[in-house]
Amino acid sequence: MKRASVLSLFTLAAFLAAGITGCKKPEKGITPISGRAAKPPTNPDAGKPLGTGADPGVTSVPTTDLGDFEGMAMDRSVFANDTVYFDYDRSTVKSSERGKVENVAGHLKGNRANKLLIEGHCDERGTEEYNRALGERRALSLREYLVRLGVDADRVRTISYGEDKSASPGHDEAAWSKNRRGEFILLKPKN
Amino acid sequence: MKKVTTLVCSLIVAAAGLARAQEAKVVIPGTVRGELAIPISLSGFTGEVDSVLRFDLFVQGFAITSDGAAYQVSGSNNGQVQGRLSDAVTKQQIFGKAYSGASLRTQAHALADDIVEAVTRRKGIGRTKIAFKSDKGSSSEVYIADFDGHNAVATTADGSIVAAPTWVPGRRTLYYTSYKLNNPDIFVHHLDSVERAVVARYSGLNTSAAVSPDGRRVAMILSKSGSPNVWVADADGSNLKQLTTTREGDSSPCWSPDGQTICFSSRASGRSALHLVPAGGGAMRRLSVVGTPNATEPDWSPDGKTIVFTAQMGSFQICTVPASGGEATVVAAGEDPSWAPNSRTVVFALRSGGKRILSMLDVPTKRVKQLPAISGSCSQPSWSK
Repeated sequence: MKRASVLSLFTLAAFLAAGITGCKKPEKGITPISGRAAKPPTNPDAGKPLGTGADPGVTSVPTTDLGDFEGMAMDRSVFANDTVYFDYDRSTVKSSERGKVENVAGHLKGNRANKLLIEGHCDERGTEEYNRALGERRALSLREYLVRLGVDADRVRTISYGEDKSASPGHDEAAWSKNRRGEFILLKPKN
Repeated sequence: MKKVTTLVCSLIVAAAGLARAQEAKVVIPGTVRGELAIPISLSGFTGEVDSVLRFDLFVQGFAITSDGAAYQVSGSNNGQVQGRLSDAVTKQQIFGKAYSGASLRTQAHALADDIVEAVTRRKGIGRTKIAFKSDKGSSSEVYIADFDGHNAVATTADGSIVAAPTWVPGRRTLYYTSYKLNNPDIFVHHLDSVERAVVARYSGLNTSAAVSPDGRRVAMILSKSGSPNVWVADADGSNLKQLTTTREGDSSPCWSPDGQTICFSSRASGRSALHLVPAGGGAMRRLSVVGTPNATEPDWSPDGKTIVFTAQMGSFQICTVPASGGEATVVAAGEDPSWAPNSRTVVFALRSGGKRILSMLDVPTKRVKQLPAISGSCSQPSWSK
């Protein structure tokens, strides 16, 4: 009885399947399909080189306020000991780090021709684009603190590297604490 | 008894028709979690063609088996790929095809696409591309490869840092972030003419470009107003408009397929969470996501139904949530997911031994397949649509 019903279901299924595929008209045997089979080769992507690896020139660069910082000499040594460290996933400047920012502010106030680049960095414990935004928030909060100390905001630019430029290569808290940082780079006029 | 059940189930597959075969609940030994895969058998293929077919079918919801298959594929690859798809139970042939031109590899992808389309009524993804970032020491470049990681080619050679490559829908054009001009700037790069132009180069951060489905607008993260926020502009960067003004920082915008809404991650309400904002401007609101903290990197499925994202729950987990909000599903370990055009498969990055490896995820069955090693650490994949 069970066999019989299975069999009738089988027939029904075969009938339905045939009916449904009917519109597709299954072909008997292997049919070389010149038109249809040409699909992969006529795919516009096939055979064409993808990227060339060549260095395409940059055709247009809009003018922005970044221009004010171009052509200045970068000096990483002046504030090498003033790198500010942050808590995990935070961008607030800790009280223990404020002296470093004050040192930087003092220098900038005494050397009016100089400007400043602040690099924001993160440890690896965040997703990449989240970290790029977090690194920027760290750099911006250092900038904000400098402004509060009397430095003209137009003299300070920020750059976030997210987790792309670690100071320490490890994968533990010892490395992470060194990577959650803001670095100050002095920009001096070239002549 | 077991045999009968299997047989009946197979029959139900056939009876339910080829149209919705992916919904059939066929018991396959070895399927542990998620929806069940469609059992299919392969015979007559060898070497590269065999492995392409296995890979393509696996990541699109099939399980290759010799036992209890609902479908059979038989064929050969002597000089050219030939394949015949049949119903395993009725033995009814669904199609028989031979392929010519291009490489055997491409022919195998074409056969896999035909099988996927015949069984699931969804277009196969066998001949789509991915773009991604590949790190080489202190620098990184944008790469493009076949979706399965083969034929990888560098698109940039700047010796700088790149980030967040993304495709213009339907075009051989990429947007990405490059530090080439000593600032994270957004570029548009036309692959065929090998031309590129700056789209956003403002003071501070310019990153995470996402192009609208019609290709006319671009959403980005800029910090020019003092905090990383969501902005939109025309495709060339003109007509810039600020969409969000949070002080805590926003990241990773993506578009709804109708082009009306932008989904992004924001800390506006404390921890990172998914938020929505009208693409034309308006109030942002939080998307209700139940069960997963620290949501970042959303990507909206092309069919509009599901948002895939990364949750940080001790480790990174790829999760999905209905686009209207609701209960989140943890799908697999990994980060930075990008939907395939089929709204089913996802490419993502998996951290392993200090580097990242690209992997494929078949979302409904929760099964993962690593892509073959591509030089360096590979991350931030984007699937061409």
